[in-house]
Amino acid sequence: MMTLASDNVRGQVTVRDLTKTFTINQKALTVLKGFNLDIRPGECLTIVGASGSGKTTLLRVLAGLEAADGGDVQIDGRSITGVGRERAVIFQEPRLLPWLTVLGNVAFGLEVRGEPRKQAEEWARRYISLVGLGDFGDAYPKQLSGGMAQRVGIARALTVQPEILLLDEPLGALDAMTKITMQEELTRIWSEERVTMVVVTHDLEEAVYLGDRVLVLPKERGGAIRFLDIDLPRPRDRSEPRFVKYREDLLREFGLH
Amino acid sequence: MTLQNTEKAILIGDGRRSFRRSFRANVEILNHPISLVGRFLSRYGVLLGFLLLWQVASHVGWFNSAVLPPLDTILVALWNGVVGGALLDDIAISLQRSGIAFLAAVVVAIPIGLFMGQIRAVDRALDPILQLFRQTSALALYPVFILLLGLGEASKVFVIFWATLFPLLLNTTSGVKEVDPKLIEMARVYGASRLTVFRRVVIPAAIPSIFVGLRLSATTALLLLIASEMIGANSGIGFQVMNAQYNFQIPLMFAAIFLLALLGLIVNYALVLLQKRLCQWSEVSN
Repeated sequence: MMTLASDNVRGQVTVRDLTKTFTINQKALTVLKGFNLDIRPGECLTIVGASGSGKTTLLRVLAGLEAADGGDVQIDGRSITGVGRERAVIFQEPRLLPWLTVLGNVAFGLEVRGEPRKQAEEWARRYISLVGLGDFGDAYPKQLSGGMAQRVGIARALTVQPEILLLDEPLGALDAMTKITMQEELTRIWSEERVTMVVVTHDLEEAVYLGDRVLVLPKERGGAIRFLDIDLPRPRDRSEPRFVKYREDLLREFGLH
Repeated sequence: MTLQNTEKAILIGDGRRSFRRSFRANVEILNHPISLVGRFLSRYGVLLGFLLLWQVASHVGWFNSAVLPPLDTILVALWNGVVGGALLDDIAISLQRSGIAFLAAVVVAIPIGLFMGQIRAVDRALDPILQLFRQTSALALYPVFILLLGLGEASKVFVIFWATLFPLLLNTTSGVKEVDPKLIEMARVYGASRLTVFRRVVIPAAIPSIFVGLRLSATTALLLLIASEMIGANSGIGFQVMNAQYNFQIPLMFAAIFLLALLGLIVNYALVLLQKRLCQWSEVSN
């Protein structure tokens, strides 16, 4: 076991003996088998793996959107049974409600959780500024660019002040330039909000840029998982030799270098 | 941060550009009143041409003006009918029949449609019989309704109700079924209950589709109104069309037909206006 939570930082995740099987065309497909993982409170863990390696499934189980077929997921020592208030998810698509303004969308999470509208909107405004959209509270989603819409999605997740932020290829649909800006933004938000972040990505550079650790899922099911500790100060410089070296290490994991 | 500012600049820039464009358009209108007339003509020119052709052809005698009277005669008949009061009772009773039927269809179809769309088992169980009912022409069933309900108001209102029910029901159901499951999942992540998901995600998302149903139903209501009034009525706009033809009051017949067209246009326009107010976020087509 690793050393754990000081009292004030929460958001520790423990996964034990996790199994998840899907039935596709009447054939059972085991995606995760006997899977173990410890995520430290407040860390940013990035997850990479070949497609079909189960990275999105793992994230969805952590989110409580998929039930595990076996094993246990604990957050701060308590087994989860579904979605929970201490977690929020950011998807690849922003998933904004087109009939609500930016403000309405960001306040949505809190309102659903029973916060009165006024308070929810007050919090929402704060996080809309945090993601740099201060002037766009009254805009509708169809008026936003892809990057801006994703910022709204991020603000909505932050507004509920989760201990754990689960991100499923959050920048996968953005163009290269916007993506780099958003990676910087995510790093800034993560350090300001002191939240545990789990980021599934297929972008190895992103995995190195964001992560304290990179989790590499094995190609064959049930194989050993591997971690790459990224020992670089933030903000990180993509061109410095050590960064490049980490990226090469990751490429090698996939037999691509 | 710089890129983020670029994003904003692009959006603001877009705004400015469209502002400039509309500004330029205004200037053009001021400088060239022709362009305003041109825009009007490009939209309504064909319609005006058609009405003009009618008027001229009837006057000059290209066709029998007893069968196709000139427009001014028709307008006079319409004026006399409405202002003189001869048609007012018919308008009132027609509006009452179609109005009651349409409202009843709204009250019945929208809740059932929402329910059917939400619960797969109900939809599966009800769909076959609804498809059968829908494909059976309401007009074919009208004699049945007359047998069951008599020749009075009830059978007329019911046949209109019957025909308006299905477009509304099916569009409401499909609107609910086609809600993006990703949005529902998003709401679930925040702990939304089924009821909250229904209230905050499903219903708003289904509204554009419900409006498609409302507009189809309104058209159907007018269609069935006329048919039912032609078959077994002694009042109503549809009755007046038929009656005027029997009595060879052709201008009055056309006046009643124009009235129906007008009614249809007004109802559709009102629904489009309401839809634009309720769902600015989605595209509304006329």
